[in-house]
Amino acid sequence: MATTKIAETALATEESAAAHLQLDDRVWLLRAMLLMRGLEERAMMLYRQGKVPGSFYDGYGQEAVSAGAAFAMGPEDRLCVLHRDLAAHLIRGVEPARVLAQYMGRATGVTHGRDGNVHFGDRKVGCVGMVSMLPDMMLVATGMAMAFKIRGERRCALTWFGDGSTSRGDFHEAMNWAGVQNLPVIFVLENNQYAYSTPLDKQFAVNPVERAAAYGFVGETVDGNDVEAMFEATRAARERALAGEGPTLIEAVTMRMHGHAAHDDMKYVPKEQVEEWRKRDPIDRQDARLRELGFDVDVLRAEVKATIDAATEEALASPMPDPATATDGVFCEGEAEPLDDGQAPWSGFHS
Amino acid sequence: MSTLTYLQAISSALRDELRADERVLMMGEDIGVFGGAFKVTDGFIEEFGADRVMDTPLAESGIIGTAIGAAVVGMRPVCEMQFSDFISCGFDQLVNVAGKMHYRQGLAVPITVRLPSGGGFSGGPFHSQNPEGWFMHAPGIKVVAPSTAEDAKGLLHSAIRDPNPVCYMEHKHLYRRIKGEVPEGVFETPFTARVARPGSDLVVIAYGAMVHTALEATDDLDGASVEVLDLRSLVPLDEDAILDSVERCSKVVIIDEANVTCAAGAQVAALIAERAFESLDGPVVRVASPDVPIPFSPPLEQAVLPTVERVREACRELLAY
Repeated sequence: MATTKIAETALATEESAAAHLQLDDRVWLLRAMLLMRGLEERAMMLYRQGKVPGSFYDGYGQEAVSAGAAFAMGPEDRLCVLHRDLAAHLIRGVEPARVLAQYMGRATGVTHGRDGNVHFGDRKVGCVGMVSMLPDMMLVATGMAMAFKIRGERRCALTWFGDGSTSRGDFHEAMNWAGVQNLPVIFVLENNQYAYSTPLDKQFAVNPVERAAAYGFVGETVDGNDVEAMFEATRAARERALAGEGPTLIEAVTMRMHGHAAHDDMKYVPKEQVEEWRKRDPIDRQDARLRELGFDVDVLRAEVKATIDAATEEALASPMPDPATATDGVFCEGEAEPLDDGQAPWSGFHS
Repeated sequence: MSTLTYLQAISSALRDELRADERVLMMGEDIGVFGGAFKVTDGFIEEFGADRVMDTPLAESGIIGTAIGAAVVGMRPVCEMQFSDFISCGFDQLVNVAGKMHYRQGLAVPITVRLPSGGGFSGGPFHSQNPEGWFMHAPGIKVVAPSTAEDAKGLLHSAIRDPNPVCYMEHKHLYRRIKGEVPEGVFETPFTARVARPGSDLVVIAYGAMVHTALEATDDLDGASVEVLDLRSLVPLDEDAILDSVERCSKVVIIDEANVTCAAGAQVAALIAERAFESLDGPVVRVASPDVPIPFSPPLEQAVLPTVERVREACRELLAY
């Protein structure tokens, strides 16, 4: 529904992105997406081998949404990450072996086996993990931004959520709250065409990006399969947030190329739709961009594969949690541990 | 020491915490300019400003959810539900986000949720509930319920300083009805039970407003020596204090103002059945509201809530057992 608008703004976005991205940044973006896809493919293999309990959820085809947005966030910013946004965790600095261990319910996983899949947030890199009730984290991100504003800090919060999330009350409560208080928060609506099996026309009667105006702030539709466009939109939104200009809703238009989870054959999606979107694969696009710039992508791909192989070995060698610890940690017994700053590799933070 | 009403004691604790710790902020509907539906935060906005005594949008999920976000980045939010009944609209954020956060991610959520609860004055089905049982059943949330002015202040200080989500059940019917001596300044009351009146023939176990019902009902009960145990905290539940009272008294009446099924008293009864069976000289007796919405009209409401008369009757019957 938003492709015309995307085409109109694509050129301007590309120029603006190019102005803010060095070659190293562009490589970083591709690497994050390759690592996400590779780790998820590996996890799916482990799932089929019976090593990943429960089901498995991935973000195949949507890698640009989390990679581009997270790359624009500063170390002191805070993120609430959704289940198809693994690249955000990787950019913030979560080690691949801990991710695979997390999927397999190992003691060394990010939640030490307490939760599965991408239901995690590493406190040490400034991330808060999602819950399954979507989009609850929109309010949490709004609250973080509220605290930043009260304390007069130049930081912002960002969270992702899907098209289905726009139907629930917490979406509206968070959008309204952020608008009323003019908070430094970025909402990334990951429009991947389906909420489980439910298509967009059963989810909303107006394009939800238009709702931003109704709540008093900027809404923008972005090609969610272009990692540099995602970066640029988020960078600009963050700049506005830090300047006291309030929230932004970014609608990242993308496609969920796999089923809702490993068990879902997505018979409800027309094959032509998938094929159409395959031509817009975000990794292929960034790969082509870098080859055009003369960068040796094959070396990068080999490095990423080696990283995943090593991570797999490490994760498989790590122990399962001790059953005696199952009831530990329900309550915080000592001092509250803070959320620490995360990695922020964008050259714009270092120049 | 000064003499404060239960409501003044709550206000006093909030004011002390706002003065002592800049991380503390109040969030709620109509708590700023208006001073709160019950005037608990009357005059606060003048002293602490609109950022720290925040009039929020009418959005309970929003209040709890944003408080969680503020808490994980270092604030100590105190949320007011205008009536405890409205926590149903914030239930998901409290139970699924706040309650499970530390277990899953090692991230503490130091929020206090003030829940003006209870009936007795024709509030009707949506302004009279006692929802504490909902949160006892949800891991990761503490639940406290003061009955005296001193505990109203001390438990609130402890709740705000606790690194976990705490539901603070403040009984509306006690706000201006109960007065007591309260120590000056900040003091933290532990999340343990308190013997409100020692006795040896029978123990009445209660919390919140029902402590006063229990005291009145057994003040002069045919010369029997009746103990009243005020639980004060429901999570954690002071199991040692309960078992100790049962061992000494051998007969137990448990009162809940809440609807009877799965109320706090049901957990207390189960504990006694499991761990104090040998000490009992009679069946465990429960007095609670039946499983109906709390009705509006006074004769209907009085027919539902545990009254002094009902408690007295239950105690008499058990003493004669």
